[in-house]
Amino acid sequence: MHEQNILALADDLRARRYSSVELTRHYLERIARLNPDLNAFITVAAEPALAAAGRADAALAAGTAGPLTGIPIAHKDIFCTQGLRTSCGSRMLDNFIAPYDATVVERLAAAGAVVLGKTNMDEFAMGSSNETSWYGPVKNPWDHTRVPGGSSGGSAAAVAARLCAAATGTDTGGSIRQPAALCGITGIKPTYGRCSRWGMIAFASSLDQAGPMARSAADAALLLQAMAGFDPRDSTSIDTPVPDYTAGLDQDLAGLRIGLPKEYFGDGLDARTAASIDGAIREYERLGARVSEISLPNSPLSVPVYYVVAPAECSSNLARFDGVRYGHRCQAPTDLEDLYQRSRAEGFGPEVQRRIMIGTYVLSAGYYDAYYLKAQKIRHLIAEDFKRAFTQVDVIMGPSSPTTAFPIGAKRDDPVAMYLSDIYTIATNLAGLPGMSIPVAPVDGLPVGLQIIGNYFEEGRLLNVAHRLQQETHWHCAVPTGCA
Amino acid sequence: MQWETVIGLEIHTQLATQSKIFSGAPTRFGAEPNTQACAIDLGLPGVLPVLNAEAVRLAVRFGKAIAAEVAERSVFARKNYFYPDLPKGYQISQYEFPIVGEGRVEIVLDDGTVKEIGVTRAHLEEDAGKSLHEDFHGLTGIDLNRAGTPLLEIVSEPDMRSPQEAVAYARKVHQIVRWIGISDGNMQEGSFRVDANVSVRPLGTVTFGTRAEIKNINSFRFLERAIQFEVERQIDLLEAGGRVVQETRLYDPDRDETRTMRTKEEANDYRYFPDPDLLPVEVDAALIAAATADLPELPDAMRERFREDYGIGEYDANLLTASRDLAGYFETVAQTSAEPKLAANWISGELAAALNKAGLEITASPVTASQLAGMIQRITDGTISGKIAKQVFESMWNGGGDADTVIETQGLRQITDSGAIESLIDTIIAANPGQVEQYRAGKDKVFGFFVGQVMKQSQGKANPQQVNDLLKQKLAGG
Repeated sequence: MHEQNILALADDLRARRYSSVELTRHYLERIARLNPDLNAFITVAAEPALAAAGRADAALAAGTAGPLTGIPIAHKDIFCTQGLRTSCGSRMLDNFIAPYDATVVERLAAAGAVVLGKTNMDEFAMGSSNETSWYGPVKNPWDHTRVPGGSSGGSAAAVAARLCAAATGTDTGGSIRQPAALCGITGIKPTYGRCSRWGMIAFASSLDQAGPMARSAADAALLLQAMAGFDPRDSTSIDTPVPDYTAGLDQDLAGLRIGLPKEYFGDGLDARTAASIDGAIREYERLGARVSEISLPNSPLSVPVYYVVAPAECSSNLARFDGVRYGHRCQAPTDLEDLYQRSRAEGFGPEVQRRIMIGTYVLSAGYYDAYYLKAQKIRHLIAEDFKRAFTQVDVIMGPSSPTTAFPIGAKRDDPVAMYLSDIYTIATNLAGLPGMSIPVAPVDGLPVGLQIIGNYFEEGRLLNVAHRLQQETHWHCAVPTGCA
Repeated sequence: MQWETVIGLEIHTQLATQSKIFSGAPTRFGAEPNTQACAIDLGLPGVLPVLNAEAVRLAVRFGKAIAAEVAERSVFARKNYFYPDLPKGYQISQYEFPIVGEGRVEIVLDDGTVKEIGVTRAHLEEDAGKSLHEDFHGLTGIDLNRAGTPLLEIVSEPDMRSPQEAVAYARKVHQIVRWIGISDGNMQEGSFRVDANVSVRPLGTVTFGTRAEIKNINSFRFLERAIQFEVERQIDLLEAGGRVVQETRLYDPDRDETRTMRTKEEANDYRYFPDPDLLPVEVDAALIAAATADLPELPDAMRERFREDYGIGEYDANLLTASRDLAGYFETVAQTSAEPKLAANWISGELAAALNKAGLEITASPVTASQLAGMIQRITDGTISGKIAKQVFESMWNGGGDADTVIETQGLRQITDSGAIESLIDTIIAANPGQVEQYRAGKDKVFGFFVGQVMKQSQGKANPQQVNDLLKQKLAGG
């Protein structure tokens, strides 16, 4: 059962070849067997999952089922789930149970999806390797000595290891695309405002966006269909119709204009990763696409800009975790200052603390103009680069990550090296554009991700472009050893 | 040395919306702690603010009422600081781009002159919660019912030069916000709170002295006293060779003094930045038109109209336009009685005193506008004298019905029958030959004695003018 993609599962469920309860039990058994080593899940919700599966079976019997009814998925532990712990990968929220569902959770539940549990992640989504999680690092299913990427590393590993049919992720600077690339799965970060942020614990509000992580573009299309859409509870959610993503998957790519930014293929890109990306581009040419080199001149500034904007917003977003109303509180505080200082020092890990400090600094009187304001100006220039590029090309392609999965611990003590692993993904968040990562030819048995960037609200085109490649190639079908 | 006081005020007025500025929780006052705070007000993880359009509408109304520019685009910013009753660790406010720009209001000073006070800006923001320090055995309780309540912070220019001017300005803003229906202005409930920036400088100098900010004053009386104290404190300090430090102070009404809350060095760096959870607020002409379509005649315009239409002075006109209800009451009395000046005198005199003594608002006055007008008509048509009118008023106040009823049942009708008055006078002259002698010998003062006697014997009902005339005739030996 776990070999099947979502469409096939849905067919089987509808044909009553097995029930959703059986399917859910099968996945729960896989989780019980494989997760202790992979550490992809923080919380497994067996009972609620089986109850939801029972309801799905009733809907299937009643003939009211949709394509996601009874499909077992997992949520990144950044999405609030009513009655089920939402830790955000942090000791701070180890005891937190939200009294509400995130909109994304609510919509997938309404579509009939069954939630197996909550996946591991970098603490408060701050990290590119899943090593900052309070619950310990996730292992890459392709090589257990390596990282799965981050911050949605648990979701990526769970999907790659077939511990769920698909999962949700969030992407602030590459947190869907980079782990998707490193784990060999398909992930899409939609346009900023496409999916509601209500109930999604904020890291950097102007950059955060939810998206699906799946085994194929076709599966991702089904999830995104349910997740996307306007939500009056999120003022930054955009009220524009959601197209039928599945219906658009098969469109011919003849004449598709692909732009390759020269800045994404320079120093710092691993040569064999580059070769793998080239292979995929050649496939697209074979499918009738026209390839040209473009320039995104301000893209080298995206990492420094990001590391001003994102920490600035996070320093404010994380101020609510003060030990007063919920979350971690230190033992026996002597006074208010002590309560704040110890609760936060104990509750947050070093990377979160580092970013809070950077953010506090760049927003401080006397530094605001030099850092925050300047970063916002450059952010605007970065968006302008893309705007210009999209007058010449339909999609932009390049690597999702400069390297394949690196060993656990390799960059832990070098934050700048770690930050550079998002060098190709960050600019799209700064511009608010949709971006996607799909698996291409592996290097030394490790997955490589091709990044596809589209214009605003062109998720449909990205899924179409990804799907056509996946019809022609089998890179996305590879399964890690031991997970087949 | 002669010193000049310079005062600017920041007024926080609670907007009269049903729900909070960024959540659907109700804003009702006085509920059990934490029963009017939803997930958004509590700052739970993952929640997001959504702006209440009514708060914007009310802010626009205020902007137009003070002839200010309403910004087409204003921006919410986060003011970051840690405090237990500030659930998110930041307050959503407006900083660089407020919704209301420069405006002005007029105040009337005691001598009747009109002074213009500049309003720098007014911006929307959310209120914090409340810390409760009693009943928790050394711990602090937090009530978040207030958290997220919509406020309009109205910032003045440093245009006031005395505590009295500051109070007049604060009263004026209080009058406007209630007048245009954007706030109940209830000061006991914290719906109208004032911060005063106070400094002094040698008279005639241009540069400002160092200021102290007195926070959270919730009555006009305290405002005056706090500023008065602060001005004296600063002058004493400067004259003794000291220096005023820039700081935040609190006024303690029990001791009638201000004291240091925090100094500039201890002040927070609020690290303002635009709130990425909220879009800029766009206000277009249609929104302004809709928000101001039912804006009533404003107090300044009404005050000037009262002066012109009713011929009353600046001071009275100002008093009578203190609230829309009072102004409406006055206009009814003035028009029904056709005696605006008398109406003004009675309302700002007898009626105001009675209301004040009973602690009643004009809307709860036991004497209705038409009753008062009816009484004034009886004065002008001579049915009663001004003196008897006070008696009639008192009866009406105590539920005796309208003026005519009171006059009839208590027999207060004025005696205008010359014959009746003459016979009274004759009796009195006959009974007081000594005084008659004195008067005729040139002691004019004795005249008053006779008037008094006549009025006394007529129980005040004799027409005073007739009494005068007839007495003069009779005493002259007629």
